[in-house]
Amino acid sequence: MGVEQKLGNMGVVTVKMEELINWSRTNAMWPMLFGLACCAIEMMSAQSANHDMSRFGMELMRASPRQSDLMIVAGRVTRKMAPVLRRLYDQMPDPKWVIAMGDCASCGGVFNNYAVMQGVDEVVPVDVYVAGCPPRPEALMHGIVTLHEKVRGEKLKDWA
Amino acid sequence: MSEALQSYQQRLAQAFQAETSEFAGEISLIVPAPKILEAARMIHDEFGFDFLAYVTAVDYWPEENPRFHVVYAFRSLSQKLILHLRAPVPGISPSLPSIEPVYRNANWQEREVFDMFGIKFEGHSDPRRILMPADWQGHPQRKDYPLGYEEPQYSFNFDEIKARKPAPKE
Amino acid sequence: MTQIQEVSLDEIRHLVSERALTGDTMLLNMGPQHPSTHGVLRLLLELDGETVVNCIPDIGFLHTGIEKNMESKTYQKAEVMTDRMDYMNTVGNNFTYCLAVEKLVGLDVPARAQAIRVILAELTRIQSHLVWLGTAALDVAAMSVFLYCFREREQILDIMELVSGQRMMTTYIRPGGVWRDVPVEFEAAVRDFIKIIPKRIDEYEAMLTKNPLFLDRCLGIGVISGEEAINWGLTGATLRASGPDYDLRKYAPYSGYEQYDFEVPTHTDGDVYARYLIRIEEMRQSIRIIEQAMAKIPLGPVRSNNYKFVPPPRSEIGTSMEALIHHFKLWTEGFSAPKGSVYAATESPRGELGCFLEGDGGPKPYRVHFRAPSFDNLQVLPRLSKGHFVADLVAIIGSIDIVLGDIDR
Repeated sequence: MGVEQKLGNMGVVTVKMEELINWSRTNAMWPMLFGLACCAIEMMSAQSANHDMSRFGMELMRASPRQSDLMIVAGRVTRKMAPVLRRLYDQMPDPKWVIAMGDCASCGGVFNNYAVMQGVDEVVPVDVYVAGCPPRPEALMHGIVTLHEKVRGEKLKDWA
Repeated sequence: MSEALQSYQQRLAQAFQAETSEFAGEISLIVPAPKILEAARMIHDEFGFDFLAYVTAVDYWPEENPRFHVVYAFRSLSQKLILHLRAPVPGISPSLPSIEPVYRNANWQEREVFDMFGIKFEGHSDPRRILMPADWQGHPQRKDYPLGYEEPQYSFNFDEIKARKPAPKE
Repeated sequence: MTQIQEVSLDEIRHLVSERALTGDTMLLNMGPQHPSTHGVLRLLLELDGETVVNCIPDIGFLHTGIEKNMESKTYQKAEVMTDRMDYMNTVGNNFTYCLAVEKLVGLDVPARAQAIRVILAELTRIQSHLVWLGTAALDVAAMSVFLYCFREREQILDIMELVSGQRMMTTYIRPGGVWRDVPVEFEAAVRDFIKIIPKRIDEYEAMLTKNPLFLDRCLGIGVISGEEAINWGLTGATLRASGPDYDLRKYAPYSGYEQYDFEVPTHTDGDVYARYLIRIEEMRQSIRIIEQAMAKIPLGPVRSNNYKFVPPPRSEIGTSMEALIHHFKLWTEGFSAPKGSVYAATESPRGELGCFLEGDGGPKPYRVHFRAPSFDNLQVLPRLSKGHFVADLVAIIGSIDIVLGDIDR
């Protein structure tokens, strides 16, 4: 079994272009290091040996926004930090996705006051929301798998 | 309460006409605000309290005078004692001398009190906001500053709140 | 929404030297998003080539308004917000807040609850030092230590989950004691952990302590003397590396620490390497405390039975009228604290964590202020990093062990 059966005599595989591009995007999505608060520690836990995130292709976290595709906003975003967040999002090249990790990034969480932005979707468009305070590393990985499914379903006419 | 601490408190009370108040085993002295730098020097040089634990403030709005109490706590590491001090400050243009020349970590502690309450510290080397953005209006931890919370979105007011809520331009 | 603050030179003219104004030195922004700043810390560096002439920290990017938010919640509900301040020392934050509340209302804590509190606080100390070791070693480019430390940390988080249901933000320590008794598997889990951790700490030491690369990067960097450290208000391992042995567990023991036999390590050099050695030794001493506490843990209730402040057990509500009334009062209005202010302090992995609490006779705290250890510890960064390279600055930030949630609250 495997690819050899499909290859035939000439060693050629035919596949839809959408599927190929979406597959390659999901398998090597590089997250940007954007850990702000407590959720960052669970993100680091998800990266480390027990729950390994590199099996999803996210081996390294890129510090530079120019070299990353995925921004995992982990932690509470305050009003002072919001312009910085938007500027970093703008610096990421297309195609880019955003995961709002944790309750504070999704909706403001426990904090409903003058200093905390009630959900990071006030400044950046979010693709996947992961709930939890902080979400378990397994929950974050479930969020990443959900994002992969969403990316697999993207259509050519959306980004051509 | 140890005798050493009591003797220090009595000397402070005599020198600055400070009132004492006791609660839950702690004694705190209320020192008039303009004298706080001299009191800090006395505590540091003569009594040997070399460590400033914190500087913070309490807002007693709507009482106008005094509206704020600036609270200090000093520790003596060698004698294992702690001394609590309060300095009442009025509500209109509140200000008092900074104790930064004596205890260097008062620098950031007083900046935080200024940022949160608007109390100015005379003689401070770097009077800027520290926690809020530099162009923020208002002093958040005052009692007449609103908490600024967002109204919960239920089904009956969902659409009106959604129209007001900021959303990103792609 | 505020725009990005373009700092004009006028605002910081008094902080940078004259050479910056002529262009002799360069002003570089080590921005809020940076892999080595351990959170959202912004540093304005004034550089002469690679040497740091001055560094101006800009904090507040994580300021959550916790202190003001706690004023609008009752004492019990406000405790949930304390977990999220210093997120490496979540149990310690709850602990400090509960000590302050108990001092304010005059609540007793039974002996079994005190022992459980000590065990959890020491486990949290080990967990925080493991994360510190992983990230500080990562900053000086020792990546395998990071992976090893997080492996051990998972075991501690499993114990926390066993006890309270949550890995990090447990809110297990509540005024009057702890939330509920520990399950039967707790003792076995803690004993398993204590059995393996000393050898693991030896492994980390074997990788770092005599490593010439590590020594090169850490010896003689960021030195400060004992008296200057006290004047700057430093606490924790940052202070003890310079000489003074100020540890609140010995200075003003709380929750039964006086019955346990342990040492407080100090050092005289005051540099990055000394702080590393002290934290490794603190982990070993924490293991000692946990062993003694596990051996001596008494049987008995785990929460005070003063039902004016502590919820009565659910089984009594059906039969006793007073229990029903107390339950109702606590759930609707909450307990009231008298007028007055208290200050309670504990030893967090970073230093002296204190809670200043003022009540006004009502069910909500009138003013809460947390004396955060990282706030004063970070203040000394410009003094420590003058004259060192930017790479040394990264090592110094790692050694001071700051947590931005603690600083900004």
